[in-house]
Amino acid sequence: MDFQLTREQQLVRQMMRDFTENEVKPIAAETDKTSTYPRDTIEKLFDIGVMGMIVPEQYGGAGADDTCSAIAIEELSKQCASTGDILATHNGLCCGPIMANGTEEQKQKYLRMLTKGHKVGAFALTEPDAGSDAAKGTCVAELQGDHYVLNGSKIFITNGYVADVFVVFAMTDRSKGTKGISAFIVESSFPGFSVGKHEEKLGLHGSPTAEIVFTDCIVPKENLLGAEGKGFKIAMQTLDGGRIGIAAQALGIAEGAMEESIKFAKTREQFGRPIAKFQNTQFVFADMHVAIEAARLLTYKAAAVKASGARFTLEAATAKLFASEAAMKITTKAVQIHGGYGYTKDYPVERMMRDAKITEIYEGTSEIQRVVISGNILGK
Amino acid sequence: MKAIVCVKQVPDTSGKVAVNPDGTLNRASMETITNPDDLNAVEAALKLKDETGCKVVVITMGPPPAEGMLRELLARGADEAVLVSAREFGGSDTFATSQILAAAVKKVGLEDDDIVFCGRQAIDGDTAQVGSQIAEKLGVPQISYAADIKKEGNTVTVKRMLEDGYMTIQAKTPCLLTCIKELNAPRYMSLSGIMDCYAKPVAVYEYNPLQDDPLIDPPTIGLRGSPTNIFKSFTPPQKGKGKMLEGADKATCETLAAELLKKHII
Repeated sequence: MDFQLTREQQLVRQMMRDFTENEVKPIAAETDKTSTYPRDTIEKLFDIGVMGMIVPEQYGGAGADDTCSAIAIEELSKQCASTGDILATHNGLCCGPIMANGTEEQKQKYLRMLTKGHKVGAFALTEPDAGSDAAKGTCVAELQGDHYVLNGSKIFITNGYVADVFVVFAMTDRSKGTKGISAFIVESSFPGFSVGKHEEKLGLHGSPTAEIVFTDCIVPKENLLGAEGKGFKIAMQTLDGGRIGIAAQALGIAEGAMEESIKFAKTREQFGRPIAKFQNTQFVFADMHVAIEAARLLTYKAAAVKASGARFTLEAATAKLFASEAAMKITTKAVQIHGGYGYTKDYPVERMMRDAKITEIYEGTSEIQRVVISGNILGK
Repeated sequence: MKAIVCVKQVPDTSGKVAVNPDGTLNRASMETITNPDDLNAVEAALKLKDETGCKVVVITMGPPPAEGMLRELLARGADEAVLVSAREFGGSDTFATSQILAAAVKKVGLEDDDIVFCGRQAIDGDTAQVGSQIAEKLGVPQISYAADIKKEGNTVTVKRMLEDGYMTIQAKTPCLLTCIKELNAPRYMSLSGIMDCYAKPVAVYEYNPLQDDPLIDPPTIGLRGSPTNIFKSFTPPQKGKGKMLEGADKATCETLAAELLKKHII
C-alpha cells in the first residue's frame, strides 16, 4: 500500500495551490457577498485544462485521474467552495456520464465542447417532488420522429443559468418507474429550453443554481445518452462519482477553516496569551486534524477505487458522508474559535460554515449515504 | 530557432528562512522554488514559442533534485530540459557558474536566430551577474532588464526598464536577454502539461560531456575557480517609514520644499 501521491498528482496540487492563492482567494469574499458567478476564474480554469481535466486526450481533455480531479476541487474549495462546486459539477456530473455512456459521436462533439470549447456542463435530475426519490419525476420525453420532445422542469441545478450542456433525466415510459427513466444531452440553445428561478441560497453564493424548464423542448434522437430506460442507472453511477467530488469539496472547506482558525488562534490574545496556548483550543485543533486526515484518506481511496475500474459505490458514499459531516463540525468549531469575529463577514469562517452545510445535503443527503452504506454492508 | 532559458532553484524565502552560524543560508532545511525572475524569462520564451513555434529548452545547474523544478517548467510548456550537475561544479560563484552555463548553452547549440533568456537576478544571492557573464562568455550581445521584447527576423527590440526611465535598444540574434517581473505574468502549469512532463526529455550534463569545452577549465570552475570571497553576510536595517505630507496648499508645498532642501535633493 502506497500513501504517496504520484508525481503528477503532486504537481496538480502545487499548481492548484498557486492558482487558488492568486486567482481565487482574492475574490472569494466578494464572490459570496455579491452572489457573482466567477466567470473569469472559470475561463482561466478552462485555459489551463482543469475544466474537463478527466476527459481523455482524444476528446480534448488531459486524461487526468480521479484523484487529480479530487485534489483540484479540494484546493479550490479551501478558499471558495462555490468555485469547487462549479468544477465538481462540470467534471463529475456532466463530463463523467458522457465519458461513461456516450457514443463516439457524442464524445467527440460534447466532450470537446466541455474542454477545448469552454462550454460549462450541468446535471439535471432533481425535481420539486423527486429529490432523493428520483423515480417520482414528472419530466417526460416523448419520441416524435427524429427527435424527443421534453416537457417538465428541474430544480436546484448547479451551473443552471450559465451552463451550455446539460445531462437531463426524463421519463420515456412512466409505467416502468425507474426503468422508464432515460438520459439526454441537452444544449441550452435547443428550442424549448429556458432557465427559471435563480435560487437564493444559504451558502455557495458564487455557484449559479437555477430551475430549468422544458417546454416542448426539441432534443435530437441522437442525443439520447445510453439506451432508453437506462437513465436511472446512469444517474446513480454518476452520483457515485459525483460524491467523490463533494467529499473533496467538503475536505477543502474543512482544511480552509482549520487554516484560518490556526492563524487566528495564534494571534488572538486573551488573558495575556494567544488562545492557541489554551489546552481547550489545542484539543479542538487535534480533533480537526484527525477528521481532516480521515476525510482525505477516505476521499482519495474512493477516487483510487474508481480509477481502478472496480465498483466504488460504498467507498464514495463513505467518503462523502464522513467528509461532509466533518466539514460541518469543523467550520462550526472554526466560527467558535473566532468568537464574535467569526460571526462577522470580516473573517471567512462564517462563509465556510454556510458553504459546508450543503455538502450534507446535495448529491445524496447524509441520510441517503447511510442508506447506501448500510445497504452495501447488510445486503438486500 | 530556439529559446534557451537559464533557470535557478532557490530557497523559498517566503517561508521559514534558515541561516547557518556563519551567516550563509541553510539551503538543506528550506523549501525550494524556481527563482521568480527566471519564471518571467521562461514565460518570455514560451510567448516566443506561441508566436513562432520555436523550441524552448530550459537549463539549470544544481543537485539532482533540481530535476523536479525542470519538470514543472516542462509542464508550463518547455520542450526540453538540461540538468547540469557534477561534483566538479559544486561551490561555483557567479563567475564559475556562468562559465559552466555558457558551455552548456553551447552544447545545446546556439544558432543564428536563437535567444538566451535569463532572469534579472536570483533571490538568494541577488547579484544579477550570471546572465550578463554568460553573454560575455558566449560572445553574444546582451540586453538586461527587459520589460518588453519584440523579435522580427534576426532583430530583437527590447524596452529596458531602468530606475529613472526606459531605454529601447535593438540587438541581432543570437543574443541574451535578462528579464524582470514587469515583463509578463508567468503562466500556470497546464493539466496536459503536467500529464506529459515526465515523458519529455531531461538531459543530464555531467562533467565529462562538457569537459572538452575551453570554458570548462578546472581552475575556473567549481569552488576552486570562484574568485568571490564572502566576508560577511547580514540583513540590512530596514529603511524608516517615509514622511507623508498632506494638503495641496502653499504651506504644504513650502514644507515639502524645505524638507527637500534639508536633504540636499534640491
